[in-house]
Amino acid sequence: MRYAPLLLVALAWEAAPRLGLVRADTLPPLSVVAHAWVGLLVSGDLVSQGLSSLENLVAGLALGIVVGVALGILMAWYRPVEVLVNPLVRVLYPLPRSALIPVMILWLGLGAASKIASVFLGCLLPVVLSAYNGARGVDQVLVWSALAAGASRRRVLWEVVLPAAMPEILAGVRNALALSFILLVAAEFVTGQRGLGYLISFLGEGGVYDAMFAGVITVSAVGFFADRLYLMLMGWMLRWRE
Amino acid sequence: MARMKALRDGLLRWVSILALLAAWEMVARAHVFTEFLLPSFSAVMTRLADDVISGELLPGIGLTLYRALAGFAFAAGAGVTIGILIARLPLARWFFDPLVSIGLPMPKIAFLQIFVLWFGVFDSTKILMAAFSAVFPVIVSSAAAAEGVERVMLWSALSLGAGRRHLLWEIALPAALPQIFTGLQVALPIALIVEIVSEMATGGGGIGDAINMQMRFADSPGVFSGIVAIAIVGSILVKAMELIRRRLLVWHPEAAR
Repeated sequence: MRYAPLLLVALAWEAAPRLGLVRADTLPPLSVVAHAWVGLLVSGDLVSQGLSSLENLVAGLALGIVVGVALGILMAWYRPVEVLVNPLVRVLYPLPRSALIPVMILWLGLGAASKIASVFLGCLLPVVLSAYNGARGVDQVLVWSALAAGASRRRVLWEVVLPAAMPEILAGVRNALALSFILLVAAEFVTGQRGLGYLISFLGEGGVYDAMFAGVITVSAVGFFADRLYLMLMGWMLRWRE
Repeated sequence: MARMKALRDGLLRWVSILALLAAWEMVARAHVFTEFLLPSFSAVMTRLADDVISGELLPGIGLTLYRALAGFAFAAGAGVTIGILIARLPLARWFFDPLVSIGLPMPKIAFLQIFVLWFGVFDSTKILMAAFSAVFPVIVSSAAAAEGVERVMLWSALSLGAGRRHLLWEIALPAALPQIFTGLQVALPIALIVEIVSEMATGGGGIGDAINMQMRFADSPGVFSGIVAIAIVGSILVKAMELIRRRLLVWHPEAAR
């Protein structure tokens, strides 16, 4: 019942071109798009391009999370790292990350590497900042008592600081997840080689609009469900909090 | 002593940036990488100055800014309106809530080709793409902000004889402003990111198109100078939003911090 408005939108989408309110070539009816989607699925295009996208997304995002968390926590934990890295983070943060895609293409070519690097750079800074803020916000009393109880600094880092910073890190990673989709699709548009973004622009430029809409819906759905899955994961990882 | 420490921290903040730039210059001059891969910092800055003087850069930046800000303005207007409607009208909540909860995490950039199909490759597509991408965070934060306005405040204003119009403009909106503004601060960089991608993918001028063309002609100093320029623009926008926030919220406790 909650999603009844969606049904309404779907009905309007189906009805508007059929009743001639909009031209069917600029908005193919939903059923036609669904049919085109099945066609893409059966031909294997959707799966092969989708897998290519997914691989690059996961690689870039995973790299961004690992490096970002490490850098953010080190910044909060070791003063020299903070002095060195923090100003760079502040200066680079407002740069619209999509502007770096051409540099990545110059450096790494049109293949997977430039896409992975674009995604990585896109999600790095939000993760760094969230880990830094999370680790800095850790209750100092917790750290002192752990140290006083004889824990080594490394153990305190792993067993006190990291878990305490986790809620904020997880929130930062959610932002990074959204950004990684934007940058991946953008890089696929710009490089025009493999991936769902490439598939969409290829179909659009070829005038196969029903299949193009199917591609757009696929990317949107994957982005949406990735976020939902992540929220579930986040809830599960933070289940130790009351 | 405190002043010395503040001064030292202030200096330290620049040291790492200057060190990075110096390292960039030295690595480039030592030809560790080819000039094509890594033009030196001085070459990039010279190029930037040349592009500004020749009049090639600023119109492109201006075009990108115009499109991004126009899209952002649409997103702000529509987003705040829809957000407040969601908080006020059950029907609006029923309709928009599920759409927004799906639209927010969706990668809106995927719609670029659809927008091109509908609106052509000119300004309207690029402005509407920026607006479509930036509107969702504004809706969410405005709805949350409008819901968070304390009932007691509204009741006291009503009992003091405020009309419904006063209530909206003089009580509800100012009280919701901090959170609405946070949404706007999230939305503006999104508008800029998406604007640049739209220009790269569909051409038609602007800094995104310029960087993309320079990449195709393997003109690395041009690519780097474009990025430096857009980085400066991005910082100015972020700073400007912070300044506006401080001016608008002088009366708010957060300004005292």
